[in-house]
Order: sequence, then structure tokens, then C-alpha cells
Amino acid sequence: MASLDIKVRAGFGDFTLDIAHMFELQGITVLFGPSGCGKTTLLRIIAGFETGAAGEIRFGEEVWLESGAKKCLPPHRRGAGFVFQDTRLFPHLSAQGNLAYADRRSRGWGARIGFDDVVDIFDLSPLLDRSPASLSGGEKQRVAMARALLTRPRLLLMDEPLSGLDFRRKAGILPYIEQLPAAFGVPVIYVTHAIDEVTRLADRMMVLKDGRKIADGDITEVLERQDIQAVIGRFEAGVVLNAAVHSHDERFRLTRFDCNGARITMPHSGLPIGAPVRLRVRARDVAIALSRPEGTSIRNILPGTIAEIHEEPDTAFAETLIDIGGARLRARITRKSLADLELEVGKPVYALLKTVSFDRRALPR
Amino acid sequence: MAFPDIGPLWLSLALAAVTMSILLIVATPLAWWLAFTRTRAKPVIETLTALPLVLPPTVLGFYLLILLSPASPLGAFWVRVTGSSLTFSFTGLVIASMFYSLPFTVQPLQSAFESIGRAPLEAAASLRASPWDAFFTIASPMALRGYLTAAVLTFAHTIGEFGVVLMVGGNIPGRTRVISIAIYEHVETINYTDAHILSAILLLFSFLVLLFVFVMNRRYPVRIG
Repeated sequence: MASLDIKVRAGFGDFTLDIAHMFELQGITVLFGPSGCGKTTLLRIIAGFETGAAGEIRFGEEVWLESGAKKCLPPHRRGAGFVFQDTRLFPHLSAQGNLAYADRRSRGWGARIGFDDVVDIFDLSPLLDRSPASLSGGEKQRVAMARALLTRPRLLLMDEPLSGLDFRRKAGILPYIEQLPAAFGVPVIYVTHAIDEVTRLADRMMVLKDGRKIADGDITEVLERQDIQAVIGRFEAGVVLNAAVHSHDERFRLTRFDCNGARITMPHSGLPIGAPVRLRVRARDVAIALSRPEGTSIRNILPGTIAEIHEEPDTAFAETLIDIGGARLRARITRKSLADLELEVGKPVYALLKTVSFDRRALPR
Repeated sequence: MAFPDIGPLWLSLALAAVTMSILLIVATPLAWWLAFTRTRAKPVIETLTALPLVLPPTVLGFYLLILLSPASPLGAFWVRVTGSSLTFSFTGLVIASMFYSLPFTVQPLQSAFESIGRAPLEAAASLRASPWDAFFTIASPMALRGYLTAAVLTFAHTIGEFGVVLMVGGNIPGRTRVISIAIYEHVETINYTDAHILSAILLLFSFLVLLFVFVMNRRYPVRIG
């Protein structure tokens, strides 16, 4: 497994980016953070587009940047594909011409990615003769991703490729992105500020804020951390659970998932038994009870113990982390409830999840 | 009525064609640099490039006469190498016209390159295209309309040249007597008939050229290809 070792610094007016990180290039690594945190800049520095960056970048044994020695490998010789937010298809070439442009220039770079394979996987055959101007946003982005792949990249950099698309088109493209590392053996670094894309795509993530790295690691671990909840935003804050399909209830169209022994029920997924999935549970969708409630419509009632409590001073709220045996849930409750229930670390509780609170779009990997 | 000597017309067309061809090549790197540079010297270079737009042609012609004359280092060098003088020669006219028409080549190209911007060039680099490769395969085709505008304007402007030619080239039939000079001479010698005919040709030509540019701009408002 190759690694990308970076230690870079760049200043843009009031803003400075200062990041040291060793990317393990496997699967999809998401760079996450609010807009203006520097994640796109970091991606552009890795690609070689920001000439003002100082520091060092090493791809395996290869030096991409060593500003001390005045070494900077130009972008076209780094072998990193780039998918731009605005696609940047060449307007004077057809879709086919755009793909051929990349294909022609990377023939000597390994045969593992074939022109026809890429066209197939991205379903581009009907679009090949069209001009970029006649393509929809989603179609453009599919051509752009295929074009980037046809450079036979050693690393694929993607800069918010879905942010210009509406919800439905976005859902239509996510599966294409998801399969990139497995289908083509290309590691991906993916920039986004949308938490649903993180849940769906990320194997690992790095969280940026004000040009600094504030967290990194496996996605489930990072999302459990209290200090990054503010970055994600109260509405979306929560955890991601790795689970597998346990069984189906055909009569009521439900699927039961196994999450390290805990059983979680959600609407029928249509997935085969044993399929690994990722479930997202938002903190605001989890309630706490001291005893198992009777006569409730809530399907998921999970026994656990309180692992962490974070009261938010000067607000009505507190965040708790509940250990449900091998997995952890985050629950956002009021400080009044915290006091009334006399919650404290180690106390046994029941976590109540509404069935509908799961991210249905979490898929196998 | 005898048709006037149209030698000057051919000479003007030849001068314009040669000037345009060389300028398109020479002005490209300059326009590219102006479009993408971040240096603070940019306004100064832009001003120098635009100067022929406002300078009286006689002033420009006067300085060029001095620059090209055998008494100057450049003129003397030319005489030593070729055995003939730059002033009052076709070559001298080409050099003078290049200065005179420079803004008409640089400005359309510069604005074409600026409107393309860095984005497609970054995309090309991410597809393993070297900067030269990206220039020839992406930037120039995308700037095609800019090139067309620059070519037409440069050609037309050179055809209409008078003051600079008079200063640098004089009025030597077959060598430096271009159409505008010929018209001037016809008027001076009260040969209004020939002046009318040549003027009408120039008027019609200019109208058609500009019409072509406007129609192109209208019909292909985005990009060709």
C-alpha cells in the first residue's frame, strides 16, 4: 500500500493552511470540514495546482514537493487524477473526445483500466457522441470521473464532485464513486462538507477546521468524538455503525441488522443476509429511558450504559455517548432530562431509536 | 476611363497578410503572459502594447524611422547582413506595421485567453498534458474565435495604414506605395477619378471585413468546435 506523506504550509491573505499528515492510500479517505476550512486548498496542493505552498509531499518514495530544495513536480507528472466540482469538461470536444484525451496520454501507465471498462461502468455508451454542453449535471460528472480514471491515476483526488447536484442525481452517482477503489484499485481522497457523503463513502476521514487538522482516523471512531460534533453541525451530528444484515421480516417489510450483538430494525433493505452495511444514527434521533418502555411504537430499544456526558454550558442541551455493547450511540438530550434521570457515566439505560432515523442509503462495502 | 493602377492594392494586401501572419505568432506569447501574469508590471506592459492605439501615426512613424535607419544600431546591422536598408523597403514596412497593429492582435487574444482562464489548463494538466500540449490542444482551439478576430482586425488595420508607412516607407511604386498612399497622391495631383475608385474599393473592403466580424460574433457567440 502506497502512502502519501504531506507536511505543507500555505498562506492566502488572512488564511493559513498548516497540515502534516500521512495518508494511507487505501479505499476512500474523506477530507471533511465546513466551507473555508482549507480542504479544497489541501487537495489542490496535493495535485500541484497551488504553487505558493511550502513544505514537503512524498508519494511513496517519490518526491512531489520539497520546497527547501526548490523541487516541485509539475501536476501533469504526478499521476494523480482530479475530479473537479465544476467538471471542467473541454467544451470543444465531445464526451468521447474528452475521454480519449485522457486515454491517449496515459497508455503507458498500466493496462488495468481499459477504455471500454470505464465506459461500461459509468454507463457512458449513449453519451459518447454528445457535446458537454448538451449533458445534464449528473451526466457531466460521470464523464468527468471516467475521464479522470482514464489517466490511469495512482491516486484519484475528488473535489466535492456532487455539490452541484440535486438530491436525486447525487444518489444516482454515489454508487459509481463507491466502487472506484475496489473496481480499479485506485485510492481516493475525497473532499466534501456533506455528512451523508462521508457516511456513505468514507473508510477513513480527516476533519479540518481553519486550515488545521482536528481529527483523523477510522470513520466510526472519528464520528464518536465529541469535539468534532460542532463541525458537523447539530442537525446532522451522530455516529456511524458498521452492521450486517441479520434477517428479514417479509410480512412487515423490515430488515434486522446485527451490530456487534445489538439488533437494529429498519425498513426492508432488499440486501442479502450477511451483507455489511453502514447505518447512521443522528444524535437528535436517540432518546434515553431508565427502564424498558412498554406500549411504544418505537421498534429499536437497545440496552446499554452511559459512556460519556458532555453538558453544553449556557444551553438547554447535553450530549451523551451510550455504549450498546461493541458499538456506541450518541444521544442529544436536554440538561433537564440529564438531571431528572440522574444520568451519570456507567449508569445502565435504554437507548430509543426511531426506525425511520436510519440512513437508508448506507450500502454494502 | 482607364482603370487606375491597382499595384498599390496588391502591395497593401501583401503587407497586411505578412504582418498579420507574423503578429499572430509573435503576439501569442505576449497575450498569454498578459492574461496569466500576476506581476505588478502588467499595467505598464499593457500600456506599452496599447500605445499605438492613441499615438499619432506620424509620431510612431518618426520613432520607427529613426530606429530602422542605417544610422541606428539595428538599421546598421541590417545593412551589414543584407546589404540593403530597412527604411523605404517592404521589410521595413512590415516591421513598422507590426508595431502599429500590435494592439489589434494582442487585445483579442488576451481577452480570449482570460475568458478561458486557468481552469481548463489545470484540467489538462490533471490528464497528464504538459503545458505545451495543453496550449495546442486546449487553449488554442478554445481561443479560436479570439484568433479569428485578431487576424481580421490586424489585417484590416494594416490595410488602412497611412502615416507610419509614409514616414518609414515613403512612396516608392511597387515597393512601398500602398493603397492609402496612392489615394493620397491621386488627390494631391487632382486625379479624383482614380482616388474615387481606390477609395471605393477600400470602403467596400472595410465594410465587408467588419460585417464578417460582427456576423461571426453573432452566429457563434460561444465557441467553435
